[in-house]
Amino acid sequence: MPEAETMVKVFARPTSLNEKHFTYCPGCDHGLITRLVAGAIDKLGVQERTVFIAPVGCAVFAYEWFRCDGIQASHGRAAAVATGLKRANPDLVVISYQGDGDLAAIGTAETIHAANRGEAITVIFVNNQIYGMTGGQMAPTTLPGQRATSCPEGRDVATMGHPLPVAEMIATLAAPAYVTRQSLHDPRHVAQAAKAIEKALRYQVEGKGYSLVEILATCPTGWRMPPAVAHQHVADVVTGAFPLGDLVDRG
Amino acid sequence: MAERQLMTGNEAMAEAAIRAGLRAYFGYPITPQNEVLEYMAAHLPQAGGAFLQAESEVAAINMCYGAAAAGVRAMTSSSSPGVSLKMEGISYLAGADLPCVILNAARGGPGLGNIAPAQGDYFQATKGGGHGDYRLIVLAPSTGQEAAELAGLAFDLSDRYRVPALILADGMLGQMMEPVTLPPPRDPGTLPPKPWALTGAKGREPNLIASFALEPTVLREINVKRYARYREIEAREVRWEEVATEDAEVLLIAYGTMGRIAKTVVRRGRERGVKVGLLRPITLWPFPYAPIRTLAERVKAILTVELSAGQMWEDVRLAVEGRTATPFYGELGGVVPTPSDILQEVLRYA
Amino acid sequence: MPKGKVVVDRERCKGCGLCVAVCPFGVLDLSKDYNSSGYAVVTAVHPEACTGCALCAQTCPDVAIEVYREKAAAGTPTRGAGRP
Ligand SMILES: Cc1ncc(C[n+]2csc(CCOP(=O)(O)OP(=O)(O)O)c2C)c(N)n1
Ligand code: SF4
Ligand code: SF4
Ligand code: SF4
Ligand SMILES: [Mg+2]
Repeated sequence: MPEAETMVKVFARPTSLNEKHFTYCPGCDHGLITRLVAGAIDKLGVQERTVFIAPVGCAVFAYEWFRCDGIQASHGRAAAVATGLKRANPDLVVISYQGDGDLAAIGTAETIHAANRGEAITVIFVNNQIYGMTGGQMAPTTLPGQRATSCPEGRDVATMGHPLPVAEMIATLAAPAYVTRQSLHDPRHVAQAAKAIEKALRYQVEGKGYSLVEILATCPTGWRMPPAVAHQHVADVVTGAFPLGDLVDRG
Repeated sequence: MAERQLMTGNEAMAEAAIRAGLRAYFGYPITPQNEVLEYMAAHLPQAGGAFLQAESEVAAINMCYGAAAAGVRAMTSSSSPGVSLKMEGISYLAGADLPCVILNAARGGPGLGNIAPAQGDYFQATKGGGHGDYRLIVLAPSTGQEAAELAGLAFDLSDRYRVPALILADGMLGQMMEPVTLPPPRDPGTLPPKPWALTGAKGREPNLIASFALEPTVLREINVKRYARYREIEAREVRWEEVATEDAEVLLIAYGTMGRIAKTVVRRGRERGVKVGLLRPITLWPFPYAPIRTLAERVKAILTVELSAGQMWEDVRLAVEGRTATPFYGELGGVVPTPSDILQEVLRYA
Repeated sequence: MPKGKVVVDRERCKGCGLCVAVCPFGVLDLSKDYNSSGYAVVTAVHPEACTGCALCAQTCPDVAIEVYREKAAAGTPTRGAGRP
């Protein structure tokens, strides 16, 4: 490699990721979010204090990809597991990584109460508007009219309810330090999301308390869209239903 | 440093748990175990432990899962309906090989039932309850003193074998005031280390805790290894008490509150010249099959007495395998039979 | 002499095409080269046009791309966590 002498590496794999390959489908935003979380762990230098909690969902293997301690939680209970870890050992940096079925359907109670207690944890909420892992069923965040395998005619809000505005709900609580909604549909938004994750983790390290980073993500497989088209759909449609930005920042 | 003091069974178990080095308790109100939750609220933080009233039993058991994974002694308590809610979490604890102590102050059921003492949760405690091939160490105290002792033992066994332990009690035991001699407090720092705990991957490879293995042969291997530990527990940890069994012609088998009443039956029976004895299982899993089988060779009948329609009775019959008669006497709905009710029944087989 | 260079880990690449779509200079395209998982791997079809901007790597969900830049143009190195 003759260029080696004149060229420097400007983008490398985060050191807190190990060498294992992600198990996500091609073009799935889960991979990007996993990488951003690892980048934030690197940046804050907390790899040796971090416990990564994987949910039940497509990220079920994610605890295996970090050079950090990891644990697999039952479906929806990651916020309770995070609470137990953090209360038992406040020196740990605890990251709960959850999908929308996991966090906003089966785990709604744990989510709200952990936030309301201001548990000093960082919650990464992957809102892909679908149950990816089980084959594309309707999620609490599925958009009105959006088709899923369990709402083949599209979500009818009259009988199936409206998309659950998780970040807005959590933002009504008094305790959270940081609540934000981010997207990954272009490099600028990826960079912003990276900063948001880093801030959320920093607030935990600084003892400021609970953070929730909701990230609008794609599920190319469940949406039946090519990855680039899925990102365009996020830009054109999803961000309209789920507005981006910081909702709470008590840093 | 042993101190004898008057306290309820619930308080005895709570205090004994703290003295055993408990450092994380998560619970949710339900009668008849509220005193445990309240005792922990008042005393665990002073002992340097984390107390939290969870938003549900589901949350509480998952908080235990997290705290146990962090390497501290963790506990939750509840009563029957709440323990039903914990079952998925208990299965995950078992599948992740995490130690944890669960107290069930069982009550009348099914459904909301009532708050009277009952033993209808025996199947749930000893035969799974949650999903998958797993076991819990199940301890059944019958006095306040024993409750305190078993609370400490539950933590030791659970840590040693990395198997969750369940204390199966009831509201009668929990609320009865008795003199109890408590063990001295233990410093968690002196307990055996847990190199598998999630303490941060500093100077070592990351520790991972999960009950998840997609590859069937891998999951089989994990289960086979766990079953080897279960076999070890069955070989080493069976505990029971025998009362007047040497020359018994009718053998009572009863545990917990019912075991305590059965002791009175034996005393009264003996006073009247009836050759009645008692075998009281202290561990419901591992179950004392062998001693029951030995006694089955020489008694006329083994009468199982339970506050249920006959749940432990199935294990008794498995132990006896037709060697002698195995009648059953039970009460339902939280009704507790008197010693004379049971003695009447004994006389039918004497 | 190009200002930048990408190195694609062909076993990690899943051929999703996100990097192809995001590269401002048409450097990348999917090839007919399939990796052991059966994915068509991305390659630099116009390496001479690469500026080392790293937008492709920032977008890749499988962390399959490493980016190099001319020393003079490099600035602070990025390690995964957003651009400097
Ligand atoms: C108690 C329980 N119920 C249901 C399931 C099945 N299940 C696995 S993943 C999942 C949904 C995951 O969807 P989401 O949380 O949105 O994650 P995604 O795969 O979309 O990232 C469900 C219902 C389970 N494992 N456990
Ligand atoms: S099913 Fe959807 S969410 Fe799951 S890995 Fe595939 S694309 Fe990603
Ligand atoms: S570094 Fe920039 S110019 Fe080079 S291939 Fe990637 S996106 Fe294109
Ligand atoms: S974004 Fe990554 S995985 Fe997708 S085609 Fe490009 S290099 Fe391959
Ligand atoms: Mg989802």
